[in-house]
Amino acid sequence: MTFPSLGLLSQSVLSGLFLGGMYGLIGLGLGLSWGLLGQINLTHFGFVFLSAYLCYHLTMVWGVDPLLTLGLLVPAFFAVGVVMQWALARFRVSTFNSLLVTFGLTVMIEALIQKIWTADFRKLQTGYGEEKFSFLGLYAPLPELLTLTVSAAAAGGIWLLMRYTDLGKAMRAMAEDAPIAAAFGVNARALALLLSGSCVALAAIAGVFFALSFTLTPTQIFSWVGVVFAAVMMGGLGNPLGPLLAGLVIGVSEALAMAVFSPSWAPIVSFSLLIVLLLFRPAHR
Amino acid sequence: MKPRIAISILAVGAGLATVPWLGLPAFYESFLYLLCHWIVLAISWNILSGYTGYFSFGHGAFFGAGLYATAFLAGKQDWPFLATLPAAALAAALLGTALGAVVFRVASVRGELFALLTLAVTFVLATIILNTPIDGGPGVYLIGVQLPRLGPSANASIYLMGLAAAVAAVLLAYLIHAAKLGAGLFAIHDDEDVAEVMGVPTYRFKLWALALSCALAGIAGGIHAVFVSYVTVAETFSIAVPLGVVLMSILGGSRHWLGPAVGAIAVTGLQYFFTSGEAAVTGRALFGLVLVLAILFLPGGLLGLLERLRRKTPSPVAADAKPAVQPALAPSPAASGTPLLQVEGLFKSFIGVRALEDVTLEVRKGEILGLVGPNGSGKSTFINVVSGHYRADAGRIRFEGRDLAGADGHRFARAGIARTYQIPRPFAQMSVIENVALARMFGGVGCSRAEALAEAAEFVAFAGLGPHAQARPDALNLHQRKFLELARALAARPKLLMLDEVLSGLTPAEIDEAIAMIRRIRDRGTTIVFVEHIMRAVVALVDRVVVLNHGALIAEGSAAEVMREPAVRAAYLGTTHA
Repeated sequence: MTFPSLGLLSQSVLSGLFLGGMYGLIGLGLGLSWGLLGQINLTHFGFVFLSAYLCYHLTMVWGVDPLLTLGLLVPAFFAVGVVMQWALARFRVSTFNSLLVTFGLTVMIEALIQKIWTADFRKLQTGYGEEKFSFLGLYAPLPELLTLTVSAAAAGGIWLLMRYTDLGKAMRAMAEDAPIAAAFGVNARALALLLSGSCVALAAIAGVFFALSFTLTPTQIFSWVGVVFAAVMMGGLGNPLGPLLAGLVIGVSEALAMAVFSPSWAPIVSFSLLIVLLLFRPAHR
Repeated sequence: MKPRIAISILAVGAGLATVPWLGLPAFYESFLYLLCHWIVLAISWNILSGYTGYFSFGHGAFFGAGLYATAFLAGKQDWPFLATLPAAALAAALLGTALGAVVFRVASVRGELFALLTLAVTFVLATIILNTPIDGGPGVYLIGVQLPRLGPSANASIYLMGLAAAVAAVLLAYLIHAAKLGAGLFAIHDDEDVAEVMGVPTYRFKLWALALSCALAGIAGGIHAVFVSYVTVAETFSIAVPLGVVLMSILGGSRHWLGPAVGAIAVTGLQYFFTSGEAAVTGRALFGLVLVLAILFLPGGLLGLLERLRRKTPSPVAADAKPAVQPALAPSPAASGTPLLQVEGLFKSFIGVRALEDVTLEVRKGEILGLVGPNGSGKSTFINVVSGHYRADAGRIRFEGRDLAGADGHRFARAGIARTYQIPRPFAQMSVIENVALARMFGGVGCSRAEALAEAAEFVAFAGLGPHAQARPDALNLHQRKFLELARALAARPKLLMLDEVLSGLTPAEIDEAIAMIRRIRDRGTTIVFVEHIMRAVVALVDRVVVLNHGALIAEGSAAEVMREPAVRAAYLGTTHA
């Protein structure tokens, strides 16, 4: 083990921040549906990858600009989220069973992706990938910078919405106690549909930026589960800012572990963190 | 336990052991081996997760611990293969027990959080194995490992070992299911807190379930190492194992000891039809679809469905109209002056609320002590602390001279304390008679499962629930559920019985009936602490009254005496401002 130079370390911290932005963006929708709807939605990861592959396809085959695919993918995925919530509510799926059901759905999405795009590695080739900013000797690739910006904007925007609008207050009331909220005139069913749609739409956004920065392969879906869950739980369920902040902490600690030890040790940081959090988090809810 | 079933399991195993000598193509040995492999893994998962409700997504870790124990010892350290199997079981069991010893102490890690935690453990273990000499990255070859010659070929030997493991696993699953351990695990599944208060040592039972489950997974891993003969971290710790075992158990029926085996056969058979490259993807999608459909439409799995259909046809033996028998209760002398329970300086606070403040009182053998006070005065908290449901912050709870404060909840039940819950908390997935039998099995001196079931019938009849003995609690009305609570508490043959508002919500006629029953219970020698708001019942029943207000004891004496106390009047009616 050789201790890396200061320059390398700063670059590591920076890339850790970018990675954390991605964790936060994926974790945002996941945490909202867990905290507010009581669903542990593993399908979220499937949706992120599906969106990433669709973005890849639209860009590479039809020549659409990757950022423009958002215009198509976001409403489409919103609709999917609404349908999913309708089905889960129809069958009164409990929190735990939602984990199992969405686990099954994710496996189906993984198989679908593999069927259409095969298990080969796919990389979105665009002009964005070439753009790099450099300051103080550090490099910041444009896609990663965009991811972090969008992640922060989405988390901040939703936080403001939840805090200051009637809609946001109604949502928090619904999460606290749906029957009582309903008695006070909150249309819990409609809110849940809207919320689920938004969470899946967030997965679509995360997917597009995922495609910009990362190489795609279907088997990777599950390798993101643990670390993003760690971010969500660490940040607090239902808190829109939490996953981003926790994601940044995890991303940086992982990047440092990679720089100081070796890349193959990186997963141990986030998963050990998740274990410790589960054991020592205050027992609320 | 029925010996017939155990013998049948062994007979089926013996029959299948002849396969290698039948001259079938080698493919069948591999296929049958895989069946056995998945049967062991699915049963392993079910003993923990199906029985106790602690869903594990970490069976990849336990399986992987066993697999790598064998791979490392046989492949790199040149141990003889058979010697590595106990090591594989031990490695997995140690991992599980170490994990459980920490996790099961944390009350908040239940349900989905436990599932996540075990998933995380899988990734941590995989990373460690990948980065240490156990694997190191390139994988481990086991080509040269000498196998014991059990059958005509190496494949046959592996199949026979898998078969032996599968038979052992099915047998173990059945024995646990039929034993007291199984009854306790199912109680934990339904309501862990109540199980503990009824005398189930939940912590120890969960650890046993986890250790046995892990040992089975470890053995399956050890045998599988030589079956695949080249092991890698990516393959071993893939999502296939946790996904497969959950799917198989849920599909087959996770409440039945044979359910996971049925599910394993169904799923492995299904997969067999999708083995070629392109169809394998379709097979996985089908896997996912079956899981979704099974959870939505088959809550009890295939065997659960079968049992539901069977229960629909009414059995003629149920609902025999026995006359109200008088069941034997704990023998103890009628009212005397000797103290049974002495509580000294008891404190209990919740976040920001002092629920019990320096409560000192004693309950004498053979009496009925009334515990009254306004809402929120600490009556239920008192019962919760003295029954072991909550742990006291400070103070002594001396029962027959022994201090129980700080002990685990089940010690209270073992010592001879039983209680009812104000809002009935029956074990939802057990029948009425099983509910009562559980209390008999674990409460007080305890007894075997067979004896408990036989005696439970008396208590069910005593509580007037005879016709509903085989019903699920959710089929009962509130009145019947309250009497189920009572029957459960009585079945433990307690020396001290604490009744938490058993009369609330009952009609006047039902109250009269209940008062008569409580008197009968006392007449047979049980000491009773009686929490009630219905003063008519308090005056009719109790020998002494203790009044609590804001968690503190404010009066003690006969019913008439305490009602004259100014402090009591103030607590109920407020002070007058002249």
